[in-house]
Amino acid sequence: MRRLAALVVLLAASWPSGLALAVSDPSEMLPDHRLEARAEAIGARLRCLVCQNEDIEDSGADLARDLRHVVRVHVAAGDSDRQVMDWMVARYGDFIRLQPRLTPLTVLLWAAGPLALLAGGLAAFLGLRRTGDTGPAPLAPDERARLDALLR
Amino acid sequence: MSGDRTDGAVATRRRLLTLAPLGLASAAGVGFWAMLSGMERGSFDPHDIHAPAVDRLVPSFALPDQAPGRGFSSDDLRAQTVPVLVNFFASWCVPCVVEAPVVAALAGRLPVWGIAYKDRPDDTAGFVARSAAASYARLAADRAGLCAIDWGVSGVPESFLVRPGGSIAWHLPGPLTDEIVAGELLPLAARLRR
Repeated sequence: MRRLAALVVLLAASWPSGLALAVSDPSEMLPDHRLEARAEAIGARLRCLVCQNEDIEDSGADLARDLRHVVRVHVAAGDSDRQVMDWMVARYGDFIRLQPRLTPLTVLLWAAGPLALLAGGLAAFLGLRRTGDTGPAPLAPDERARLDALLR
Repeated sequence: MSGDRTDGAVATRRRLLTLAPLGLASAAGVGFWAMLSGMERGSFDPHDIHAPAVDRLVPSFALPDQAPGRGFSSDDLRAQTVPVLVNFFASWCVPCVVEAPVVAALAGRLPVWGIAYKDRPDDTAGFVARSAAASYARLAADRAGLCAIDWGVSGVPESFLVRPGGSIAWHLPGPLTDEIVAGELLPLAARLRR
């Protein structure tokens, strides 16, 4: 029990602090809040090249910290969001974008969602229409007469 | 007679309608096959973070001396009349230690200009003295690691072969090996000298 408690304390002490260091080191931030917010938005769209499934704002890797710094230098110098992205893509290729660009290669990736919706809608429409027109045929007059006789 | 013709037209349309999805599916299949086989051969890599360096000019920079060598700038590189291998390394990087003898063996065959990435000057000097002392024609320090980012370096060791005039001819994001040196680097450098 004591050992378990110690483990929990250890985990609680080590895990969030490592995470927090990456994002909220005040010395990294730009003094201007508007510029800092822009830099964070750009950083959230850039892949950390070391961890590869994290953006650089969330990553604790050294290279991610340097890239955050570079983004802030460019933003402070008055570059547009697009100029900063282009600067990064020129050096590290399209893979540094966390959101893939629309190219002939990624058309199917982007279209997959709408296509699935379209296919599902079509299937649902055809399925519903089929169940709609297969109701029982109305009874003929002689059948109706026989049924009446049986039920009497 | 006219009825026959419309029946024929309807039949053709129906046949086309059944073939259309098949055609679409086979086109998509061929596309996916091309992508996957390209990924297997290495000619197509959507995760490539190193593609754009080749054929670009080296970025502008000026780096200070790193003992025992003399620092250099992008102007120094562009002024060269022979191809130069620019090698990013660090004493704290294990693959760089493995690579060091390969770099040392390039002495006399290809000028190698070293850039120490995020390293303490004393550590770099010790590393060079231990391993590749003779092979770095110039040696500069990138203590902040920001020049490396401008080159597109994502982790040491990385090497770039720079043409006379300062454009990048070849990029290796990883350690040099004897096979790569003999099979790719030296033949390419020989072609560039001509």
